[in-house]
Amino acid sequence: MHIELTVNGSPREADDVWPGESLLYVLRERLGLPGAKNACEQGECGSCTVYLDGTPVCSCLVAAGQAGGREVTTVEGLADGSGEDRDLDPVQRAFVENGAVQCGFCTPGLIVSTHDLLERNPSPSDPEIREALAGNLCRCTGYEKILDAVCSASGARMDTVRSASGARMGTVRSVDTDRTGATGDLR
Amino acid sequence: MSTTTTPATTPRPAAGDRTSATTGRIGDSPLRPDGTLKVTGEFAYSSDLWHEDMCWGVTLRSPHPHARIVAIDTTAALARPGVFAVLTAADVPGVNRTGLEHADQPALAEDVVRYQGEPVALVAADHPETARRAAAEIVVEYAVLPALTDPRRALDPDTPLLHPSHPTGNLVREVPVRRGGPVPDAPVVVSVEFEVGMQDQAFLGPESGLAVPDGEGGVDLYVATQWLHTDQQQVQRVLGIGPDAARLHLAGVGGAFGGREDLSMHVHACLLALRTGKPVKMSYSREESFFGHVHRHPAHLRYEFGADDDGTLRYGKAELTFDGGAYASSTGAVVGNGGTLGLGPYRFPVVELVARGVYTNNPPCGAMRGFGCVQAAFAHEYLMDALAERVGADPVELRARNGMREGDPNITGQTIDSAAPVAELIRRVRDMPLPGERGTDLLGLPGGVGNTTHGEGVRRGIGYSVTYKNIGFSEGFDDYSTARVRLSVTAGEPVASVHTAAAEVGQGLVSVQAQIARTELGVSRVVIEPADTAIGSAGSTSASRQTYVTGGAVRAACELVRARVLERAAGTLGVPAASLRLDGDKVVAAGGEVLAGLADVLGDSPVEETTEWRHRPTVEPDPETGQGDAHVQYAFSAHRAVVDVDVELGLVKVIALDTAQDVGKAINPDAVLGQIQGGSVQGMGLALMEEVLVTDGQVRNPSFTDYLIPTVLDTPPMRIEVLENPDPHAPYGVRGVGEPPTISSGPAVAAAIRAAAGKDLRRVPIRPEHIVS
Repeated sequence: MHIELTVNGSPREADDVWPGESLLYVLRERLGLPGAKNACEQGECGSCTVYLDGTPVCSCLVAAGQAGGREVTTVEGLADGSGEDRDLDPVQRAFVENGAVQCGFCTPGLIVSTHDLLERNPSPSDPEIREALAGNLCRCTGYEKILDAVCSASGARMDTVRSASGARMGTVRSVDTDRTGATGDLR
Repeated sequence: MSTTTTPATTPRPAAGDRTSATTGRIGDSPLRPDGTLKVTGEFAYSSDLWHEDMCWGVTLRSPHPHARIVAIDTTAALARPGVFAVLTAADVPGVNRTGLEHADQPALAEDVVRYQGEPVALVAADHPETARRAAAEIVVEYAVLPALTDPRRALDPDTPLLHPSHPTGNLVREVPVRRGGPVPDAPVVVSVEFEVGMQDQAFLGPESGLAVPDGEGGVDLYVATQWLHTDQQQVQRVLGIGPDAARLHLAGVGGAFGGREDLSMHVHACLLALRTGKPVKMSYSREESFFGHVHRHPAHLRYEFGADDDGTLRYGKAELTFDGGAYASSTGAVVGNGGTLGLGPYRFPVVELVARGVYTNNPPCGAMRGFGCVQAAFAHEYLMDALAERVGADPVELRARNGMREGDPNITGQTIDSAAPVAELIRRVRDMPLPGERGTDLLGLPGGVGNTTHGEGVRRGIGYSVTYKNIGFSEGFDDYSTARVRLSVTAGEPVASVHTAAAEVGQGLVSVQAQIARTELGVSRVVIEPADTAIGSAGSTSASRQTYVTGGAVRAACELVRARVLERAAGTLGVPAASLRLDGDKVVAAGGEVLAGLADVLGDSPVEETTEWRHRPTVEPDPETGQGDAHVQYAFSAHRAVVDVDVELGLVKVIALDTAQDVGKAINPDAVLGQIQGGSVQGMGLALMEEVLVTDGQVRNPSFTDYLIPTVLDTPPMRIEVLENPDPHAPYGVRGVGEPPTISSGPAVAAAIRAAAGKDLRRVPIRPEHIVS
């Protein structure tokens, strides 16, 4: 089977695709994009999350043929540029800076899921963050620093929006307060 | 001593100060050097590897927990187009045995399979699906044998022996601990029979790797592991090739938690690579992963404590039975921990304990974070609560009163020769603020958005736990690490490169090594070389030991390099070397004035030193009494859990999981918190939901659909207090960090559920039906 699709803005194609192959397999093994991860390959862990026509999906559950003619964005496509000079997406930067990465195997999926959350809801509350990320398993961090990273990225995005539009928006600190509403602490 | 508390008071440098790869000394929290690669998808994990002309390997595994192999027919599989090789035990060129402590496990089964999932045959093909279909066409004729699946029957006289050549039959190891006997009478006696289920490490990166033949009979294996050198020895033995004919390279590791101590696909990929002459990639599915690594031992625990009327302990009796499954793996060492540490961090005048591990036809069990202490903790903490209730004492104060203190002997007679802040830790978690009243948001209630309750039937409970763990390898093991450090000049700047074979598995050892080099050599630029077997062993990334032992080795190598550099500078400057030090990429005088640039001193003559570093020796405990200085260091932690339980439906919501832990010295405070947060949640998972269900030797839930690990919705806020009581015997005063939180969190959660539900729950994980029954 031959498939053509757009990945991270570029037209790509693959030949001799076995019809049982997943989009995840084609990305990882045929297109040289191993960023989406193969932790469970049954849609439970979220580590393979990519955008398909703008909607986050578990790429392990999408047959490669279903992706034909469509647009895919992977974690590799979120940063601008490449190499040392690349400009990380605010979500990527926040994960690094907040210690949200340990082994990192869940990280690409969590970054895509977080990116999608903040696109839809730039200032999510703690319950909204947890609900949005409930499909992404992490075994190393206990999620605390991931939540810190999401709050931080949310603030960074708001800063970007604020400087671009001149509008006043909520502060990072108010997001943090929501984040730990249960104990009433500021983080 | 200092205390770090989070939230609220953790010193957190501004992000701008942490983004540089050239900053961060001991006590700082520099950003991970691999962080950017991991967030962009570029970090090469073992399952990401690719090689021109590579093929795919798959494993055929036994469907039976116990059977004789009558015949294997590979004809049809070999005939499938695209198949390059089909291998069975008959194709193993070397000694067909692997194992961490006892080489008792065939790389490929010979005449008998002893557990469901035991590898029987291998296929290499041009596509993974081709290989899978070919594997399904291998015809294995089995004669099914009765399976030994109840560990309590393993030692019955009429039970057949699973490994007839093992000198103690189905007993892998037994460790008795006797002290101060005979067991006296006591006015207050409490006892329990407790059962702990089988937990899975559930690392996210599947077992995987790439074997590349060198064309001369050797092979390079790129693999995710915890200890390259023990893998190398086992691989070479099975392949029947000489020393260093198998060269192992650490590929990116997607978590480990003990589950990568044993071999998985290592030998298999190498066998296929040498047979086909092609690079071979293997990558397990999640289902295969459940069969591809050992699990945490399920345990039966019978405990009895005797005490005075005021709750002061008089004696502890215990019998711990660990189900080792079909092969020994590290069962012996797990039993050693269960025995020597099995009564927890308390003072017992009299002890009578026996821990044993047995062979069965259940899945093999071995290392997982907490290693023998996790299981025991559920029983001793249950009894401390039971004792408190019986004598009418506060459970925290009862623990504090009976808690070990520095200078006390533990149950093996070993003096605790650095801080043992049991009382302080448990009181600290008690004194932390409690969470507020239950809210109305469904996500904060048991059952969550399942909308099962709006608060009716929900009861709150609080539970406490304090535990301890040995750090580093014990019982006389020669525990060392090797480091090579080189100072040279690149582009006019001094650069330190650090080479070890230590496995970075996510914990942040790469950061710690660089921090040590910057501190000892006063340089800003540090390169951490890839870990491989081109240098001597670093020992395992296990037992919370790498910052201690490999950190010690890196420091020692840095000291040797520094001495040579300062000698060289002293000769040039005409001053005594002892008056010089390295700082800010310069050679400076004692007072700090700059005397020379380090790059100028090095010139084009780099300085390199390689050294091995060992911690203090330990001894094997006495085989009759268990007495002896079995361990090198102890680490203590305490937890308080607050839970809401829907007592009508048996659903649990953990509201808070707060902890205090003594880490000796936080080399990297942010990484310490990350270990404590992640470790606490793994312990909570065992108390609440995580169990590999095995019926008649068959695993019933080998998937993340049916084996549940905590999600972000299950995980509570965690308040953490970090104590730094330096261990004077350890480099920088460090104390292992990774395992203690996994030990103390689970028993606190179980205690909180008992308190909320008003039920005498004696097994974990606690499932809804246990709460409502």
